[in-house]
Amino acid sequence: MSSLSNSLSSEAQAFNPTASAAGGEVSDFFALLKPRVMVLVIFTALVGMVISHPSVSPIIAGISLLMIAVGAGASGCLNMWWDADIDALMTRTAKRPIPDGRILPNEALAFGMVLSVGSVLILGLASNWLAAGLLAFTIVFYAVVYSMWLKRATAQNIVIGGAAGALPPIVGQAAVTGHVSLDSVVLFLIIFIWTPPHFWALALVKSGDYAKAGIPMMPNVAGPDSTRRQIVWYTLLLAPLGLAPVAMGFGGWLYAVIAALGGLGMLAGAVQVYRLREGEPERRAAMGLFGFSILYLLLLFAGLLVEHGFGLFRAVIV
Amino acid sequence: MIDPNIQIRPLTPDEERARRKRSIAIALTLGALVILFFVLTIAKLGPQILERPL
Repeated sequence: MSSLSNSLSSEAQAFNPTASAAGGEVSDFFALLKPRVMVLVIFTALVGMVISHPSVSPIIAGISLLMIAVGAGASGCLNMWWDADIDALMTRTAKRPIPDGRILPNEALAFGMVLSVGSVLILGLASNWLAAGLLAFTIVFYAVVYSMWLKRATAQNIVIGGAAGALPPIVGQAAVTGHVSLDSVVLFLIIFIWTPPHFWALALVKSGDYAKAGIPMMPNVAGPDSTRRQIVWYTLLLAPLGLAPVAMGFGGWLYAVIAALGGLGMLAGAVQVYRLREGEPERRAAMGLFGFSILYLLLLFAGLLVEHGFGLFRAVIV
Repeated sequence: MIDPNIQIRPLTPDEERARRKRSIAIALTLGALVILFFVLTIAKLGPQILERPL
């Protein structure tokens, strides 16, 4: 039976005519989970847990974190299943397992669905149903609202869709405390506002790819200059927002220094993207902001993790 | 009901090797799930797991 299903190749051939059959390796299935995104999700969800100083067993917290990661991976898998046709058209994504013919679309759909339902159910059993509901909402938001509705329909796709990527700290906090506080909502807002300048910096460089696939990214719809202005506006919002945890009393001295310097770095990067509009300097400025934005977010959350996880928290505002 | 128009061919050695690896991964995942549920039960119930009416 499985030999038969492995030999039915019509769906794979739709994306790669040379694929005779999908005989995906384990690593191909792992790639469907978008491991790099999963790392960011694990990290931000962990910070959402740690700032709450939970009293739950570390085993429960660990299993919850694992399920949040699996749920995020499942939504990435469903996204790749839905987007296989446009992934095949872009150089950045053409080698993904489905467009490359290594995994059949239906295999990816089944894999994503099993992991989605499994991760939500186990999170509910391990922690609580508020966290499970939030994880289910995150998966549906990414796979359905973002991938199926927004991505091909509006230039605001990653602005609204960014909510899915921003939710893990809230899910993490809910998993270990049973409630959601303003602290994790602020972390949500930081990731939410960080998303547009981060993705649009990449979109400025890859606009040709997106145009080929017919995805209405901001540079393709509003033009590069308007995108650059919006990057500056979002960064102007992001830099002070990064300091909000300090004002709210859960970001200490270490975090304050990271947020202040990192915010200035983001602003400098955004201004460079705004200024340099031609040739290689333009590309370097955009990729520089894209790379620095990842470092900025990682350092912000690492600051909170170190302060709260290792007892180094010293309040700035007493 | 299998569509008679579908052509069936045997798996290549590479495909068979990939299938074997997938099977092992599924077995390991199932084993991990058994351990996960066991640990979860102990962590949730604690010592009370032994307190049950006979």
